[in-house]
Amino acid sequence: MKRGPLTRVLGEHPVGTAFVTPYVVFIAAVFAYPLVFAVYMSFHDYFFAAPGAIVDRPFVGFANYATVLSDPAVRRAFGNVLIFLVINVPLTVVLSLGLSTALNSAIRWRTFFRVSYYVPYVTASVAVVGVWLFLFNSNGLVNSVLGPLAPDPSWLVNSHLAMPTVAIFVTWKQLGFFILLYLAALQNVSADLYEAASMDGASRWKSFLNVTVPGVRPATTLVVLLATVTGANLFTEPYLLTGGGGPDGASASPVLIMYQRGIEQGNPDVASAIGVLLVIGVLILALVERRFVGREDR
Amino acid sequence: MKVQAGLLAVVLVGSLAACGSGGGGAGDADAAAKARGPITIWYSNNAEEVAWGKQMVAAWNAAHADQKVTAQEIPTGKSSEEVIGAAITAGNAPCLIFNTSPASVSQFQKQGGLVPLDSFPDGKQYIEDRSGDVAQQYKSADGKYYQLPWKSNPVMIFYNKKAFAKAGIDTTNPPLKTYDEFLATSRKVVASKAAKVAIYPAPSNEFYQSWFDFYPLYAAETGGKQLVADGKSTFASDEGKKVAGFWQTMYKDKLASPEKYTGDAFVDGTAAMAVVGPWAIATYKGKVDWGVVPVPTSTGKPANEIHTFSDAKNVGMYSSCKNRGTAWDVLKFATSQDQDGKFLAASGQMPLRKDVATTYADYFTKNPDYKVFADQASRTVEVPNVPNSITIWQTFRDAYSKSVIFGQEDPGSALDGAAQKVDQLVKQS
Repeated sequence: MKRGPLTRVLGEHPVGTAFVTPYVVFIAAVFAYPLVFAVYMSFHDYFFAAPGAIVDRPFVGFANYATVLSDPAVRRAFGNVLIFLVINVPLTVVLSLGLSTALNSAIRWRTFFRVSYYVPYVTASVAVVGVWLFLFNSNGLVNSVLGPLAPDPSWLVNSHLAMPTVAIFVTWKQLGFFILLYLAALQNVSADLYEAASMDGASRWKSFLNVTVPGVRPATTLVVLLATVTGANLFTEPYLLTGGGGPDGASASPVLIMYQRGIEQGNPDVASAIGVLLVIGVLILALVERRFVGREDR
Repeated sequence: MKVQAGLLAVVLVGSLAACGSGGGGAGDADAAAKARGPITIWYSNNAEEVAWGKQMVAAWNAAHADQKVTAQEIPTGKSSEEVIGAAITAGNAPCLIFNTSPASVSQFQKQGGLVPLDSFPDGKQYIEDRSGDVAQQYKSADGKYYQLPWKSNPVMIFYNKKAFAKAGIDTTNPPLKTYDEFLATSRKVVASKAAKVAIYPAPSNEFYQSWFDFYPLYAAETGGKQLVADGKSTFASDEGKKVAGFWQTMYKDKLASPEKYTGDAFVDGTAAMAVVGPWAIATYKGKVDWGVVPVPTSTGKPANEIHTFSDAKNVGMYSSCKNRGTAWDVLKFATSQDQDGKFLAASGQMPLRKDVATTYADYFTKNPDYKVFADQASRTVEVPNVPNSITIWQTFRDAYSKSVIFGQEDPGSALDGAAQKVDQLVKQS
């Protein structure tokens, strides 16, 4: 059948194209254009200027990347975020899977627990940071409970413990969302499989390992990827909880450094270079994770 | 999605600049300098300044129906500077902002966001006649004024009389002149449990926090030196190291806390002292019975020789302003002797004009608590008006935080290292 020129452009189903177009435009304007522009900025001596101001923004090649990579603060921030991810991602997977399995069973107060885990997720970080400052300062509740075992300096001002504390905070805060993902996935694990395992004499633990874990593998892939992406973009917690990435940059994150360099110090070119490196880093990490965690999905 | 959001924030502001169309060349600027008509202004969002701003605008509008001023509080953001920077880039900054931080002026200037006030025939003379010698600190590297020095909050040491009395310390003339006296007094406060810590400067890492711990004492110790002078850093000197050593002892001996505090530690009674300017008095009313003394020096200089950080906020005229003739007239009206008097009465902050104490003698007779600030206002030190100003302060803060607050490096070598970096940053400009 011969296709007309309009069909060639709009495809067999032009109505479908019309439905898709607004979202494509949205993605192009809000994600693609800024990303391309950020790459452009990272290769120029770029700064924000008033409309009409005559400014010179020459091409500088990889100079901004050289600046970024030779900056100990930036290198440390990338190292910090790796520490964060090593703690946050496995903890998120283990806790959210364990708790969702528990919440999926017929336990008392199930709805109450489900809501309780979700509340921190929907509460603004700014609001809960104050509570955590109170819990984890040197005279806080946690140290009072620990007594002589309390660390000195205390959690948030201890260069070894600040980032792990931030990682635990973020894990706790986002747990509700990941529990929801797992709860949805658990509805798709057939009860027949549990029944068969039980008939074969499998214990609850064995059932969990051999039925639940493989059954929710696609959700685990999603949880790992989302936890990595949100974790790599850590900003609010080091900004508020540890007073700007303290102590001595031990909890600084790449996005916090981007904010300092780009917005506060007026060097958006350097900030863009950090951002581009971060995007590349997250993409590589996501591909590696997908290869290992999501291997049965291929 | 924050990665995209972070890039997006950076980029959207950038793309606005890239897409922006002509806002005026030299010819337009000359025409704009004479143009008159309605203008917009922004002022700070604290209740006292809002009240003053409203009456000032009402007084202007009553007499200038054809040049109406529309005023609003600075839109909310992480900081005023961030909001102003974005507004400059977007081309929608108001004509005047009565809350321009001197530390940001070089950056706003680089963005092409500020109008040099010297471009008005009487601009330079008006600024220098009003503020006297202090005005020189606010000149930019090209010798022009891109800000009108408006008001200062000379930083001093506030103390809680009740806590001092509990610790057995004289409440009318407390021993706080020298570093040794200050440390001894602090130890008494903590040992007597009159307060958990003696003083609580914010230990966080924001670039501006050094204005409220190191810098006032440095200004006092050096007799008024800025952090950078004549194209070189000055702080890695004996005086700078003495100040850093003093604060290091305060943290090491747990007389100050390295932990972030939510709220006001002085008002809450967690700290017996605060290092702050007179703007804070309004927040202490009815909560703390306070006294005030100048910041300490190593040798205990007399009060009338002590310099301190100004904590000034100024007025900038922004290049997106079309009716600059009106904006200049409003600026002069808002900083006239009459309006400065009203500002002082409303806020307790010191207009940056010479002879504040004598010009407003009646006010200081009625409000003797404020007299000491008027005296101190004549010996204030501003942040250096140099390019890369914020980066310089962040570099300094990083070194100070690492060594003085968290004790992970010797303060002397940390200051030496920071000085090298700062010298490079100054050279880049």
